[in-house]
Amino acid sequence: MSDMTTLSPVAASTARIGRWRWQETAFWLLVVASYFLFSDRYLILTEIAWLALFALSLDLILGYAGIVSLGHAAFFGVGAYGVGLLAKHGIIEEPVLALLAAGLMAMVLGFVTSFLVIRGTDLSRLMVTLGIALLLRELANRFSDITGGFDGLQGFTIAPVLGLFEFDIFGRTGFVYCTVVLFVLFLAARRLVNSPFGLSLRAVHNNRLRAEAIGIPVDRRLIAVYTVSAFYAGVAGALFTQTTALASLDVFSFERSADLLLILVIGGGGYLYGGIIGAVVFKILQEIFSSITPQYWLFWIGLVFVVIVLVGRERMRRWARAAPEVLLRRLGLARGAGGGTSRGAEL
Amino acid sequence: MTNFLTILFDGVAYGMLLFVLASGLAVTLGLMNFVNLAHGAFAAFGGYVCAVLVNRSGVPFFVALPLAFAAAALAGVVAERTLFRHLYRRSELEQVLFTIGFVFMAVAATDYVMGSSQVFINLPDVLQGQIDLFGVGIGRYRLMIIVICGLLTLAIQGTLARTRFGARLRAAVDDPRVASGLGINVPQVFAFTFAFGCGLAGLGGALGAEILGLDPYFPLKFLIYFLIVVTVGGSSTITGPFMAALVLGIADVAGKYYVPKLGAFVIYALMIVILIWRPHGLFGRTMAR
Repeated sequence: MSDMTTLSPVAASTARIGRWRWQETAFWLLVVASYFLFSDRYLILTEIAWLALFALSLDLILGYAGIVSLGHAAFFGVGAYGVGLLAKHGIIEEPVLALLAAGLMAMVLGFVTSFLVIRGTDLSRLMVTLGIALLLRELANRFSDITGGFDGLQGFTIAPVLGLFEFDIFGRTGFVYCTVVLFVLFLAARRLVNSPFGLSLRAVHNNRLRAEAIGIPVDRRLIAVYTVSAFYAGVAGALFTQTTALASLDVFSFERSADLLLILVIGGGGYLYGGIIGAVVFKILQEIFSSITPQYWLFWIGLVFVVIVLVGRERMRRWARAAPEVLLRRLGLARGAGGGTSRGAEL
Repeated sequence: MTNFLTILFDGVAYGMLLFVLASGLAVTLGLMNFVNLAHGAFAAFGGYVCAVLVNRSGVPFFVALPLAFAAAALAGVVAERTLFRHLYRRSELEQVLFTIGFVFMAVAATDYVMGSSQVFINLPDVLQGQIDLFGVGIGRYRLMIIVICGLLTLAIQGTLARTRFGARLRAAVDDPRVASGLGINVPQVFAFTFAFGCGLAGLGGALGAEILGLDPYFPLKFLIYFLIVVTVGGSSTITGPFMAALVLGIADVAGKYYVPKLGAFVIYALMIVILIWRPHGLFGRTMAR
């Protein structure tokens, strides 16, 4: 008998969905190519890499589970301060271990707060996520003897990665390091969302009542994905601190959470690449805007928000599909994003 | 003891100010289910209009207040008719995105036009200093705030509960389709309500410039406070947000005085606890939809 008969229908289906496509290989080859093409812009590329990871973390809860969060920076901040404090007090010097530790700290916070988030209405969910981020910012501000308060946490150095690769001022190590972390966590997330677990998340997102009726433990699924997402955000924050050797109060800021929403919306949620593409576009936009008007680039970012909503994301997606480079997505990558036009509109 | 009473008084003034600032949001967010994170932008607009009128044109403060109301209401009606109207039926995420964008643009535009530093409104002498009442020091400015905001609260409550317009609004909110079937011009009712709420926010911004401080980031800084008032207060009545605003004002002033180390921490923690305990707000009903 062939292999297909030994697989259960679910396994066969997830294997089909999760098959690695050539477009994805091409995408990651582009990422590798960027190392050689933009060798004078490593610092920006590094920022894009951790921003992409951060957006990936939001994609897990927003794109797949449908939880709108206004305070995802909370976990980013915990990761950032976590890694900074570990380095400053010499508890864990090695960056990769510190990264995991900081991710775990954010994960614990994510697990604890997930119980608050799954409860309540949509509106109170927005409030609770926003409130948690503000609360942490306030804590970091008040306990200035630990966190450095308003001035931020400074005066620590990050040890070489794995004891071998020193962080250099051009950001070459930082970029490679962030990209490798992004890639590894991306693979894990890809595995996760294409598993039966990921499918059940989509079921919850599409119709919570129906998902409950067919026996999916909705609350437990949401808690689990929120916790994982917090880990990802924590790692992104840790990467931020490790590559900049700085953690300041603005890691918790509302603007950071808001920008993150924008990034995911630009890239599109629910197919994992959206966060990365969004991060690239966002950073380019930011560069352009701040070169035109350094002080007022917030205005232009705001305008992007407004235009995206007014034009409508569904319509933009249709336009984007006409463009050649996004043709790739149409050929297969956009399964999650394109699947079911009405859901796609709501992300 | 007298110290305690002064704090209580300041807290009440602060709370009433927050109520006037957030009451428009209570209607749009609580009743119309429109997540408007840009509400503070209209408050800041009113505040800046008042500041420009008083400081540059020499308009008397008490004349500038209604003008700030009118300007913010006008800005509200323009924004509602051209932009926000299209979003009532959109998903929550899109409302969030749009209004965040709007508030970002407002912040940057204010920065561009008015500069980034904090703006103070020159107050008339009548409003400066304190009155000594039974040994309790009472700031004149705060007394004025309590009087104005108290009257406004009564007016809002009366309008919603007793007038024909209030009945139309409640009907339009409960079931827009049936309401329009009965001949109520629902979009008009919403536009008017939105404008009035923005006007109130503008008035609140003008009144609050002295106490809250007015700078371009005002809409973002106080966003959480407005949202707390509405979500903690619940959306079924206007009394709920009023009580929530009072509690918030008193807790904030008292917290800053007695436990300065914790700062706003108490407020946020309290909000989260209340929302966990009662997701529809302290005074809310369970919404059918």
